[in-house]
Amino acid sequence: MSPLLLGPLVVGLISSVLALVISITDRIVNDYGEVNIDINGGKKILTVKGGSPLLGTLAFQNIFVPSACGGRGSCGACKVRVLSDVGPHLPTELPYLNSEEVARNVRLSCQIKVKKNIAIELPEALFNVRKFKTTVERIRNLTYDIKEVYLRLSDEAIAAGGISFTPGQYAQLVVPPYGDVKESVQRAYSMSSTPQDKEHVEFLIRLVPGGIATTWVHQYLIEGDPVEVVGPFGEFFVRDTDATMIFVAGGSGMAPFKSIVNHMAQTGQWTNREIWYFFGARSRRDMFYLDEMADLERRFPNFHFVPALSEPKPEDAWTGPVGLITNVLDSYFKEKIGKDKPMEGYLCGSPGMIDACVKVMTANGISQDKIYYDKFA
Amino acid sequence: MTPVVHPITLLFASVFTSNILLANFLGMCSFISISKDQKSSFGLGLAVTVVMTITMVVSWAVLKLVIEPLGLEYLSFIIFIIVIAAIVQILEMLIDRLSPALYLALGIFLPLITVNCAILGAILFMQIRNYNFWQALSFGFGSGVGWWLAIMLLSSIRKKIDAAPVPAGLKGAGITVITIGFMAMAFIGFSGMLNVQ
Repeated sequence: MSPLLLGPLVVGLISSVLALVISITDRIVNDYGEVNIDINGGKKILTVKGGSPLLGTLAFQNIFVPSACGGRGSCGACKVRVLSDVGPHLPTELPYLNSEEVARNVRLSCQIKVKKNIAIELPEALFNVRKFKTTVERIRNLTYDIKEVYLRLSDEAIAAGGISFTPGQYAQLVVPPYGDVKESVQRAYSMSSTPQDKEHVEFLIRLVPGGIATTWVHQYLIEGDPVEVVGPFGEFFVRDTDATMIFVAGGSGMAPFKSIVNHMAQTGQWTNREIWYFFGARSRRDMFYLDEMADLERRFPNFHFVPALSEPKPEDAWTGPVGLITNVLDSYFKEKIGKDKPMEGYLCGSPGMIDACVKVMTANGISQDKIYYDKFA
Repeated sequence: MTPVVHPITLLFASVFTSNILLANFLGMCSFISISKDQKSSFGLGLAVTVVMTITMVVSWAVLKLVIEPLGLEYLSFIIFIIVIAAIVQILEMLIDRLSPALYLALGIFLPLITVNCAILGAILFMQIRNYNFWQALSFGFGSGVGWWLAIMLLSSIRKKIDAAPVPAGLKGAGITVITIGFMAMAFIGFSGMLNVQ
Protein backbone atom coordinates (compact mmCIF):
# COMPACT_ATOMS: atom_id res chain seq x y z
CA MET A 1 0.00 0.00 0.00
CA SER A 2 1.27 3.45 -0.74
CA PRO A 3 2.78 5.05 2.35
CA LEU A 4 0.74 8.14 1.49
CA LEU A 5 -2.42 6.19 2.28
CA LEU A 6 -1.03 4.01 5.03
CA GLY A 7 -0.16 6.91 7.34
CA PRO A 8 -3.57 8.58 7.50
CA LEU A 9 -5.23 5.18 7.59
CA VAL A 10 -3.27 4.05 10.63
CA VAL A 11 -3.74 7.37 12.46
CA GLY A 12 -7.45 7.19 11.67
CA LEU A 13 -7.65 3.60 12.81
CA ILE A 14 -5.83 4.27 16.08
CA SER A 15 -8.07 7.28 16.76
CA SER A 16 -11.21 5.25 16.08
CA VAL A 17 -10.12 2.41 18.33
CA LEU A 18 -9.34 4.88 21.13
CA ALA A 19 -12.63 6.72 20.55
CA LEU A 20 -14.45 3.40 20.74
CA VAL A 21 -12.70 2.52 23.99
CA ILE A 22 -13.63 5.94 25.39
CA SER A 23 -17.30 5.58 24.48
CA ILE A 24 -17.48 2.04 25.84
CA THR A 25 -15.82 3.15 29.08
CA ASP A 26 -18.20 6.08 29.20
CA ARG A 27 -21.20 3.80 28.81
CA ILE A 28 -20.04 1.37 31.49
CA VAL A 29 -18.37 3.72 33.94
CA ASN A 30 -20.73 6.68 33.77
CA ASP A 31 -23.86 4.62 34.25
CA TYR A 32 -25.11 5.78 37.61
CA GLY A 33 -28.64 4.46 37.09
CA GLU A 34 -31.58 6.48 38.29
CA VAL A 35 -31.12 8.95 41.12
CA ASN A 36 -33.46 11.27 42.95
CA ILE A 37 -33.17 15.03 43.19
CA ASP A 38 -34.98 16.32 46.27
CA ILE A 39 -35.86 20.00 45.83
CA ASN A 40 -36.75 22.20 48.81
CA GLY A 41 -37.11 19.49 51.44
CA GLY A 42 -39.32 17.07 49.55
CA LYS A 43 -41.57 19.63 47.84
CA LYS A 44 -40.56 18.25 44.51
CA ILE A 45 -38.73 15.01 43.88
CA LEU A 46 -37.34 14.30 40.44
CA THR A 47 -36.12 10.91 39.31
CA VAL A 48 -33.39 11.43 36.75
CA LYS A 49 -30.62 9.61 34.97
CA GLY A 50 -27.40 10.13 36.95
CA GLY A 51 -23.96 11.05 35.72
CA SER A 52 -24.52 14.48 34.18
CA PRO A 53 -23.99 17.97 35.62
CA LEU A 54 -26.81 19.24 37.82
CA LEU A 55 -27.56 22.25 35.59
CA GLY A 56 -28.22 20.17 32.49
CA THR A 57 -30.07 17.49 34.43
CA LEU A 58 -32.46 20.11 35.84
CA ALA A 59 -32.89 21.77 32.44
CA PHE A 60 -33.84 18.38 31.01
CA GLN A 61 -36.60 18.32 33.64
CA ASN A 62 -37.68 21.83 32.56
CA ILE A 63 -36.22 23.57 35.58
CA PHE A 64 -34.00 26.36 34.29
CA VAL A 65 -31.42 27.66 36.71
CA PRO A 66 -30.13 30.99 35.34
CA SER A 67 -26.90 30.54 33.41
CA ALA A 68 -25.25 32.95 31.02
CA CYS A 69 -22.47 30.76 29.66
CA GLY A 70 -24.53 27.65 29.11
CA GLY A 71 -22.72 25.46 31.63
CA ARG A 72 -19.05 26.02 30.89
CA GLY A 73 -18.25 27.41 34.33
CA SER A 74 -17.34 30.86 33.09
CA CYS A 75 -20.22 33.04 34.31
CA GLY A 76 -20.89 31.83 37.86
CA ALA A 77 -24.62 32.49 37.58
CA CYS A 78 -25.96 28.97 38.10
CA LYS A 79 -25.53 28.94 41.87
CA VAL A 80 -27.58 26.37 43.76
CA ARG A 81 -27.47 25.49 47.43
CA VAL A 82 -26.82 21.78 47.90
CA LEU A 83 -27.97 20.23 51.17
CA SER A 84 -26.56 16.73 50.75
CA ASP A 85 -22.89 15.81 50.46
CA VAL A 86 -21.47 16.14 46.94
CA GLY A 87 -17.83 16.47 47.93
CA PRO A 88 -15.72 19.56 48.53
CA HIS A 89 -15.84 22.65 46.31
CA LEU A 90 -13.92 22.30 43.06
CA PRO A 91 -11.21 24.74 41.99
CA THR A 92 -13.47 25.62 39.05
CA GLU A 93 -16.21 26.80 41.42
CA LEU A 94 -14.27 28.73 44.03
CA PRO A 95 -13.52 31.87 41.97
CA TYR A 96 -17.28 32.56 41.78
CA LEU A 97 -18.18 31.96 45.42
CA ASN A 98 -17.63 34.14 48.48
CA SER A 99 -16.77 32.64 51.85
CA GLU A 100 -20.35 32.82 53.08
CA GLU A 101 -21.60 30.91 50.05
CA VAL A 102 -18.89 28.30 50.49
CA ALA A 103 -19.93 27.85 54.12
CA ARG A 104 -23.58 27.36 53.08
CA ASN A 105 -22.47 24.84 50.43
CA VAL A 106 -23.66 26.95 47.51
CA ARG A 107 -22.37 25.28 44.35
CA LEU A 108 -22.17 26.01 40.64
CA SER A 109 -24.73 23.61 39.27
CA CYS A 110 -22.86 23.24 35.98
CA GLN A 111 -19.77 21.90 37.76
CA ILE A 112 -21.21 19.27 40.08
CA LYS A 113 -22.45 15.98 38.74
CA VAL A 114 -25.51 14.14 39.92
CA LYS A 115 -24.11 10.75 40.86
CA LYS A 116 -26.30 9.76 43.79
CA ASN A 117 -29.42 11.03 45.49
CA ILE A 118 -29.02 14.73 46.08
CA ALA A 119 -30.99 17.36 48.00
CA ILE A 120 -30.97 20.96 46.77
CA GLU A 121 -32.67 24.26 47.48
CA LEU A 122 -34.14 26.38 44.68
CA PRO A 123 -36.19 29.59 44.72
CA GLU A 124 -39.84 28.67 44.11
CA ALA A 125 -39.98 31.16 41.24
CA LEU A 126 -37.66 28.95 39.19
CA PHE A 127 -40.42 26.37 38.78
CA ASN A 128 -42.22 28.97 36.66
CA VAL A 129 -39.23 29.31 34.34
CA ARG A 130 -39.69 27.81 30.89
CA LYS A 131 -37.80 27.68 27.65
CA PHE A 132 -39.85 29.31 24.91
CA LYS A 133 -39.41 28.87 21.19
CA THR A 134 -40.16 32.16 19.45
CA THR A 135 -39.79 33.86 16.09
CA VAL A 136 -38.83 37.46 15.49
CA GLU A 137 -41.99 39.34 14.59
CA ARG A 138 -40.51 42.84 14.42
CA ILE A 139 -37.19 44.60 14.94
CA ARG A 140 -37.27 48.38 15.18
CA ASN A 141 -34.52 50.96 15.68
CA LEU A 142 -35.27 53.09 18.73
CA THR A 143 -31.99 54.99 18.48
CA TYR A 144 -28.88 54.51 16.42
CA ASP A 145 -27.69 51.82 18.88
CA ILE A 146 -30.83 50.48 20.58
CA LYS A 147 -33.20 48.04 18.93
CA GLU A 148 -36.65 47.00 20.05
CA VAL A 149 -36.96 43.25 19.41
CA TYR A 150 -40.51 41.89 19.44
CA LEU A 151 -40.75 38.09 19.53
CA ARG A 152 -43.81 35.93 18.98
CA LEU A 153 -44.04 32.71 20.99
CA SER A 154 -44.53 29.41 19.13
CA ASP A 155 -48.10 28.22 18.66
CA GLU A 156 -47.54 25.38 21.14
CA ALA A 157 -46.31 27.81 23.78
CA ILE A 158 -49.29 30.09 23.19
CA ALA A 159 -51.68 27.13 23.34
CA ALA A 160 -50.09 26.21 26.67
CA GLY A 161 -50.98 29.63 28.06
CA GLY A 162 -48.09 31.77 26.83
CA ILE A 163 -45.63 33.51 29.11
CA SER A 164 -46.47 34.69 32.64
CA PHE A 165 -44.22 37.07 34.49
CA THR A 166 -44.19 40.10 36.75
CA PRO A 167 -43.34 43.43 35.09
CA GLY A 168 -39.65 44.15 35.71
CA GLN A 169 -38.42 40.57 35.45
CA TYR A 170 -35.85 39.47 32.91
CA ALA A 171 -35.38 36.55 30.55
CA GLN A 172 -32.35 35.00 28.90
CA LEU A 173 -31.86 35.17 25.20
CA VAL A 174 -30.20 32.06 23.79
CA VAL A 175 -27.62 33.23 21.26
CA PRO A 176 -26.79 30.46 18.77
CA PRO A 177 -23.29 30.12 17.29
CA TYR A 178 -22.79 32.70 14.50
CA GLY A 179 -19.84 34.13 12.59
CA ASP A 180 -16.72 33.60 14.69
CA VAL A 181 -18.73 32.68 17.79
CA LYS A 182 -18.58 28.90 17.98
CA GLU A 183 -20.61 28.20 21.07
CA SER A 184 -24.10 29.11 22.16
CA VAL A 185 -24.33 31.62 25.01
CA GLN A 186 -27.20 33.09 27.00
CA ARG A 187 -27.58 36.71 28.01
CA ALA A 188 -30.09 38.28 30.35
CA TYR A 189 -32.34 41.14 29.23
CA SER A 190 -35.27 42.76 30.99
CA MET A 191 -38.57 42.17 29.26
CA SER A 192 -40.18 45.39 28.05
CA SER A 193 -43.49 43.81 27.08
CA THR A 194 -46.32 43.49 29.58
CA PRO A 195 -47.72 40.29 31.10
CA GLN A 196 -51.05 41.07 29.40
CA ASP A 197 -49.41 40.27 26.06
CA LYS A 198 -48.98 36.56 26.73
CA GLU A 199 -48.13 35.74 23.14
CA HIS A 200 -45.09 37.99 22.84
CA VAL A 201 -41.93 39.02 24.61
CA GLU A 202 -40.08 42.20 23.84
CA PHE A 203 -36.52 43.27 24.64
CA LEU A 204 -34.67 46.55 24.20
CA ILE A 205 -31.10 45.77 23.22
CA ARG A 206 -28.31 48.29 22.98
CA LEU A 207 -25.30 47.47 20.80
CA VAL A 208 -22.24 46.93 22.97
CA PRO A 209 -19.12 46.98 20.76
CA GLY A 210 -17.70 43.45 20.81
CA GLY A 211 -20.67 42.06 22.77
CA ILE A 212 -21.56 38.55 21.64
CA ALA A 213 -25.31 38.77 22.11
CA THR A 214 -25.78 42.42 21.16
CA THR A 215 -23.73 42.05 17.97
CA TRP A 216 -25.84 39.06 17.03
CA VAL A 217 -29.07 40.98 17.62
CA HIS A 218 -27.88 44.07 15.79
CA GLN A 219 -26.07 42.54 12.84
CA TYR A 220 -27.45 39.05 12.29
CA LEU A 221 -31.00 38.78 13.63
CA ILE A 222 -33.75 39.51 11.11
CA GLU A 223 -37.52 39.24 11.14
CA GLY A 224 -38.71 35.64 10.90
CA ASP A 225 -35.65 34.17 12.62
CA PRO A 226 -36.20 31.59 15.37
CA VAL A 227 -35.02 32.63 18.86
CA GLU A 228 -35.08 30.73 22.12
CA VAL A 229 -35.91 32.56 25.34
CA VAL A 230 -35.59 31.20 28.88
CA GLY A 231 -37.41 32.94 31.69
CA PRO A 232 -38.76 34.68 33.63
CA PHE A 233 -36.13 35.39 36.27
CA GLY A 234 -35.39 38.07 38.79
CA GLU A 235 -36.54 39.86 41.91
CA PHE A 236 -36.87 43.25 40.22
CA PHE A 237 -40.57 44.12 40.37
CA VAL A 238 -42.83 46.71 42.02
CA ARG A 239 -43.20 46.07 45.75
CA ASP A 240 -46.71 45.95 47.13
CA THR A 241 -46.79 49.16 49.22
CA ASP A 242 -48.18 52.69 48.92
CA ALA A 243 -44.79 54.39 48.89
CA THR A 244 -43.78 56.90 46.24
CA MET A 245 -41.76 55.15 43.54
CA ILE A 246 -38.63 56.67 42.04
CA PHE A 247 -37.56 54.97 38.80
CA VAL A 248 -34.16 55.77 37.32
CA ALA A 249 -32.93 54.35 34.03
CA GLY A 250 -30.49 55.05 31.24
CA GLY A 251 -30.36 53.69 27.70
CA SER A 252 -31.81 50.19 27.35
CA GLY A 253 -32.52 50.31 31.10
CA MET A 254 -35.85 51.64 29.85
CA ALA A 255 -37.03 48.04 29.32
CA PRO A 256 -38.35 46.99 32.75
CA PHE A 257 -39.95 50.41 33.32
CA LYS A 258 -41.67 50.31 29.94
CA SER A 259 -43.19 47.03 31.07
CA ILE A 260 -44.15 48.45 34.47
CA VAL A 261 -45.76 51.69 33.24
CA ASN A 262 -47.58 49.99 30.36
CA HIS A 263 -48.83 47.39 32.83
CA MET A 264 -50.05 50.30 34.96
CA ALA A 265 -51.82 51.83 31.96
CA GLN A 266 -53.42 48.54 30.92
CA THR A 267 -54.60 47.36 34.35
CA GLY A 268 -54.92 50.52 36.42
CA GLN A 269 -52.64 48.99 39.06
CA TRP A 270 -50.40 51.46 40.97
CA THR A 271 -52.22 54.48 39.48
CA ASN A 272 -52.89 55.72 43.02
CA ARG A 273 -49.15 55.76 43.77
CA GLU A 274 -46.91 58.69 43.00
CA ILE A 275 -44.36 57.66 40.38
CA TRP A 276 -41.32 59.65 39.22
CA TYR A 277 -39.48 58.19 36.27
CA PHE A 278 -36.05 59.72 35.55
CA PHE A 279 -34.57 58.73 32.23
CA GLY A 280 -31.04 59.81 31.35
CA ALA A 281 -29.38 60.02 27.94
CA ARG A 282 -26.42 61.84 26.48
CA SER A 283 -28.10 63.79 23.68
CA ARG A 284 -31.37 63.82 21.76
CA ARG A 285 -30.25 61.00 19.49
CA ASP A 286 -30.00 58.65 22.53
CA MET A 287 -33.53 59.49 23.67
CA PHE A 288 -36.59 57.43 22.75
CA TYR A 289 -40.24 56.78 23.72
CA LEU A 290 -40.70 60.48 24.60
CA ASP A 291 -44.16 60.61 23.01
CA GLU A 292 -45.32 57.38 24.63
CA MET A 293 -44.21 58.55 28.07
CA ALA A 294 -45.71 62.04 27.59
CA ASP A 295 -48.99 60.37 26.69
CA LEU A 296 -48.94 58.29 29.88
CA GLU A 297 -48.14 61.43 31.87
CA ARG A 298 -51.29 63.09 30.49
CA ARG A 299 -53.47 60.08 31.28
CA PHE A 300 -52.16 59.45 34.80
CA PRO A 301 -51.70 62.53 36.96
CA ASN A 302 -49.59 60.64 39.53
CA PHE A 303 -47.06 59.59 36.89
CA HIS A 304 -44.19 61.99 36.12
CA PHE A 305 -41.64 61.35 33.39
CA VAL A 306 -38.38 63.31 33.63
CA PRO A 307 -36.09 62.83 30.64
CA ALA A 308 -32.70 64.47 31.07
CA LEU A 309 -29.81 65.00 28.70
CA SER A 310 -26.26 65.18 30.01
CA GLU A 311 -24.68 66.65 26.86
CA PRO A 312 -27.42 68.17 24.68
CA LYS A 313 -26.26 69.41 21.29
CA PRO A 314 -27.31 72.86 20.06
CA GLU A 315 -29.40 71.31 17.28
CA ASP A 316 -31.32 69.19 19.84
CA ALA A 317 -33.23 72.33 20.94
CA TRP A 318 -33.68 70.60 24.30
CA THR A 319 -35.85 72.42 26.80
CA GLY A 320 -35.98 69.71 29.47
CA PRO A 321 -33.61 69.16 32.38
CA VAL A 322 -29.89 69.12 31.57
CA GLY A 323 -27.15 67.38 33.54
CA LEU A 324 -26.07 63.99 34.80
CA ILE A 325 -29.07 61.96 35.88
CA THR A 326 -27.74 61.94 39.46
CA ASN A 327 -27.74 65.75 39.62
CA VAL A 328 -31.22 65.98 38.08
CA LEU A 329 -32.45 63.36 40.55
CA ASP A 330 -30.93 65.22 43.48
CA SER A 331 -32.46 68.57 42.49
CA TYR A 332 -35.90 66.99 41.97
CA PHE A 333 -35.69 65.39 45.43
CA LYS A 334 -34.95 68.80 46.92
CA GLU A 335 -37.38 70.88 44.85
CA LYS A 336 -40.30 68.71 43.70
CA ILE A 337 -40.56 65.31 45.33
CA GLY A 338 -39.72 66.20 48.90
CA LYS A 339 -38.23 63.99 51.56
CA ASP A 340 -40.83 63.41 54.23
CA LYS A 341 -42.74 60.49 52.82
CA PRO A 342 -42.21 56.77 52.29
CA MET A 343 -40.27 56.20 49.07
CA GLU A 344 -38.86 53.30 47.11
CA GLY A 345 -36.09 53.41 44.51
CA TYR A 346 -36.05 51.27 41.37
CA LEU A 347 -32.96 51.36 39.16
CA CYS A 348 -31.93 49.83 35.88
CA GLY A 349 -28.76 50.66 34.00
CA SER A 350 -25.01 50.32 34.13
CA PRO A 351 -23.37 49.36 37.45
CA GLY A 352 -21.75 52.81 37.57
CA MET A 353 -25.06 54.61 37.17
CA ILE A 354 -26.71 52.39 39.76
CA ASP A 355 -23.99 52.95 42.37
CA ALA A 356 -24.15 56.72 41.84
CA CYS A 357 -27.96 56.82 42.04
CA VAL A 358 -28.05 54.66 45.17
CA LYS A 359 -25.85 57.30 46.84
CA VAL A 360 -28.19 60.13 45.81
CA MET A 361 -31.23 58.17 46.97
CA THR A 362 -29.84 57.25 50.37
CA ALA A 363 -28.73 60.88 50.85
CA ASN A 364 -32.32 61.92 50.19
CA GLY A 365 -33.93 59.63 52.73
CA ILE A 366 -34.54 56.31 50.94
CA SER A 367 -33.07 53.50 52.99
CA GLN A 368 -30.79 51.01 51.25
CA ASP A 369 -33.24 48.12 51.64
CA LYS A 370 -35.92 50.07 49.79
CA ILE A 371 -33.77 50.47 46.68
CA TYR A 372 -34.19 47.70 44.13
CA TYR A 373 -32.12 46.95 41.02
CA ASP A 374 -30.78 44.31 38.67
CA LYS A 375 -27.18 45.07 37.87
CA PHE A 376 -26.35 44.05 34.32
CA ALA A 377 -22.63 44.39 33.78
CA MET B 1 22.76 1.26 20.20
CA THR B 2 22.48 2.15 23.86
CA PRO B 3 23.79 -0.57 26.17
CA VAL B 4 20.92 -2.45 27.79
CA VAL B 5 20.26 -0.94 31.20
CA HIS B 6 18.65 -3.09 33.84
CA PRO B 7 15.07 -1.91 34.55
CA ILE B 8 15.79 -1.43 38.27
CA THR B 9 18.82 0.71 37.45
CA LEU B 10 16.72 2.65 34.99
CA LEU B 11 14.08 3.24 37.67
CA PHE B 12 16.58 4.86 40.02
CA ALA B 13 18.27 6.70 37.21
CA SER B 14 15.01 8.24 36.03
CA VAL B 15 14.07 9.32 39.53
CA PHE B 16 17.41 10.79 40.59
CA THR B 17 20.20 11.16 38.07
CA SER B 18 18.22 11.75 34.89
CA ASN B 19 15.21 13.40 36.45
CA ILE B 20 12.92 14.41 33.60
CA LEU B 21 12.35 17.82 35.15
CA LEU B 22 15.74 18.73 36.53
CA ALA B 23 17.96 17.04 33.94
CA ASN B 24 15.83 17.53 30.84
CA PHE B 25 13.71 20.50 31.92
CA LEU B 26 10.49 19.02 30.61
CA GLY B 27 7.11 19.90 32.11
CA MET B 28 8.29 23.26 33.36
CA CYS B 29 5.14 25.31 32.93
CA SER B 30 3.00 23.40 35.40
CA PHE B 31 6.08 22.79 37.56
CA ILE B 32 6.56 26.52 38.10
CA SER B 33 2.92 27.54 38.33
CA ILE B 34 1.56 24.74 40.53
CA SER B 35 4.52 24.44 42.89
CA LYS B 36 3.41 27.50 44.82
CA ASP B 37 0.89 25.32 46.62
CA GLN B 38 1.98 22.11 48.32
CA LYS B 39 -1.36 20.36 48.25
CA SER B 40 -1.84 20.96 44.53
CA SER B 41 1.74 19.88 43.89
CA PHE B 42 1.01 16.58 45.54
CA GLY B 43 -2.10 16.05 43.41
CA LEU B 44 -0.38 17.00 40.19
CA GLY B 45 2.66 14.84 40.97
CA LEU B 46 0.43 11.87 41.65
CA ALA B 47 -1.49 12.47 38.43
CA VAL B 48 1.69 12.77 36.38
CA THR B 49 3.01 9.52 37.84
CA VAL B 50 -0.17 7.58 37.10
CA VAL B 51 -0.57 8.99 33.59
CA MET B 52 3.13 8.69 32.74
CA THR B 53 3.27 5.01 33.72
CA ILE B 54 0.15 4.00 31.84
CA THR B 55 0.76 6.07 28.70
CA MET B 56 4.32 4.81 28.57
CA VAL B 57 3.22 1.18 28.50
CA VAL B 58 0.45 1.76 25.97
CA SER B 59 2.69 3.90 23.75
CA TRP B 60 5.34 1.20 23.91
CA ALA B 61 2.79 -1.34 22.69
CA VAL B 62 1.61 0.97 19.91
CA LEU B 63 5.21 1.66 18.92
CA LYS B 64 6.25 -1.97 18.78
CA LEU B 65 3.04 -3.39 17.33
CA VAL B 66 1.97 -0.68 14.89
CA ILE B 67 4.46 2.09 14.24
CA GLU B 68 7.67 0.10 13.81
CA PRO B 69 6.30 -2.85 11.80
CA LEU B 70 4.57 -0.44 9.39
CA GLY B 71 7.51 1.96 9.23
CA LEU B 72 5.42 4.91 10.38
CA GLU B 73 8.04 6.50 12.62
CA TYR B 74 7.40 9.86 10.99
CA LEU B 75 3.89 9.82 12.46
CA SER B 76 4.89 8.80 15.96
CA PHE B 77 4.44 12.31 17.45
CA ILE B 78 0.84 12.52 16.29
CA ILE B 79 0.04 8.98 17.34
CA PHE B 80 1.59 9.42 20.80
CA ILE B 81 -0.35 12.62 21.39
CA ILE B 82 -3.62 10.94 20.42
CA VAL B 83 -2.81 8.04 22.73
CA ILE B 84 -2.01 10.37 25.64
CA ALA B 85 -5.20 12.39 25.16
CA ALA B 86 -7.38 9.29 24.98
CA ILE B 87 -5.79 7.64 28.00
CA VAL B 88 -6.21 10.76 30.10
CA GLN B 89 -9.90 10.84 29.16
CA ILE B 90 -10.39 7.20 30.11
CA LEU B 91 -8.42 7.55 33.32
CA GLU B 92 -10.48 10.55 34.31
CA MET B 93 -13.70 8.62 33.92
CA LEU B 94 -12.37 5.57 35.75
CA ILE B 95 -10.96 7.51 38.67
CA ASP B 96 -14.14 9.58 38.94
CA ARG B 97 -16.15 6.39 39.29
CA LEU B 98 -13.83 4.19 41.32
CA SER B 99 -12.28 6.68 43.70
CA PRO B 100 -14.09 10.01 44.09
CA ALA B 101 -11.58 10.98 46.79
CA LEU B 102 -8.64 10.58 44.42
CA TYR B 103 -10.61 12.30 41.68
CA LEU B 104 -11.08 15.33 43.91
CA ALA B 105 -7.42 15.25 44.92
CA LEU B 106 -6.37 15.31 41.27
CA GLY B 107 -9.06 17.86 40.49
CA ILE B 108 -8.46 19.85 37.34
CA PHE B 109 -4.91 18.56 36.98
CA LEU B 110 -5.76 15.32 35.26
CA PRO B 111 -7.01 16.93 32.03
CA LEU B 112 -4.16 19.44 32.17
CA ILE B 113 -1.64 16.62 31.96
CA THR B 114 -2.69 15.92 28.39
CA VAL B 115 -0.59 18.91 27.40
CA ASN B 116 2.26 18.29 29.82
CA CYS B 117 5.40 17.99 27.74
CA ALA B 118 7.12 15.72 30.28
CA ILE B 119 4.73 12.94 29.30
CA LEU B 120 5.37 13.20 25.57
CA GLY B 121 9.07 13.82 26.23
CA ALA B 122 9.45 10.63 28.23
CA ILE B 123 7.65 8.62 25.57
CA LEU B 124 9.94 10.01 22.88
CA PHE B 125 13.00 9.14 24.99
CA MET B 126 11.62 5.62 25.24
CA GLN B 127 11.38 5.52 21.45
CA ILE B 128 14.84 6.85 20.61
CA ARG B 129 16.54 4.77 23.32
CA ASN B 130 14.70 1.71 22.03
CA TYR B 131 13.59 0.41 25.44
CA ASN B 132 12.09 -3.02 25.91
CA PHE B 133 8.84 -3.50 27.82
CA TRP B 134 10.28 -3.70 31.32
CA GLN B 135 12.59 -0.78 30.68
CA ALA B 136 9.68 1.28 29.37
CA LEU B 137 7.59 0.42 32.41
CA SER B 138 10.29 1.32 34.92
CA PHE B 139 11.32 4.42 32.96
CA GLY B 140 7.71 5.64 32.80
CA PHE B 141 7.05 5.04 36.46
CA GLY B 142 10.47 6.38 37.47
CA SER B 143 10.09 9.55 35.43
CA GLY B 144 6.68 10.15 36.99
CA VAL B 145 8.01 9.65 40.50
CA GLY B 146 10.98 11.85 39.65
CA TRP B 147 8.67 14.62 38.49
CA TRP B 148 6.58 14.19 41.62
CA LEU B 149 9.66 14.31 43.83
CA ALA B 150 10.94 17.44 42.10
CA ILE B 151 7.68 19.36 42.40
CA MET B 152 7.28 18.37 46.07
CA LEU B 153 10.84 19.56 46.77
CA LEU B 154 10.28 22.83 44.95
CA SER B 155 6.95 23.51 46.63
CA SER B 156 8.56 22.92 50.04
CA ILE B 157 11.42 25.25 49.19
CA ARG B 158 8.99 27.89 47.93
CA LYS B 159 7.14 27.72 51.21
CA LYS B 160 10.40 28.66 52.92
CA ILE B 161 11.09 31.34 50.34
CA ASP B 162 7.70 32.93 51.05
CA ALA B 163 9.03 33.88 54.47
CA ALA B 164 12.46 34.96 53.20
CA PRO B 165 13.46 38.55 52.37
CA VAL B 166 13.63 38.17 48.59
CA PRO B 167 14.51 41.35 46.63
CA ALA B 168 11.34 42.79 45.09
CA GLY B 169 12.45 42.26 41.51
CA LEU B 170 13.09 38.57 42.08
CA LYS B 171 9.85 37.70 43.85
CA GLY B 172 7.68 34.99 42.32
CA ALA B 173 8.88 33.41 39.10
CA GLY B 174 12.37 34.97 39.28
CA ILE B 175 13.50 33.37 42.52
CA THR B 176 11.70 30.17 41.55
CA VAL B 177 13.72 29.77 38.37
CA ILE B 178 16.95 30.43 40.29
CA THR B 179 15.89 27.82 42.85
CA ILE B 180 15.19 25.31 40.10
CA GLY B 181 18.68 25.97 38.76
CA PHE B 182 20.24 25.09 42.11
CA MET B 183 18.09 22.00 42.39
CA ALA B 184 19.09 20.91 38.91
CA MET B 185 22.78 21.34 39.78
CA ALA B 186 22.32 19.24 42.89
CA PHE B 187 20.60 16.49 40.95
CA ILE B 188 23.08 16.57 38.08
CA GLY B 189 25.82 16.07 40.66
CA PHE B 190 24.67 12.45 40.83
CA SER B 191 24.61 11.92 37.11
CA GLY B 192 28.06 10.30 37.02
CA MET B 193 26.80 7.42 39.16
CA LEU B 194 24.23 6.20 36.68
CA ASN B 195 24.02 7.47 33.15
CA VAL B 196 21.23 6.46 30.86
CA GLN B 197 21.31 9.33 28.40
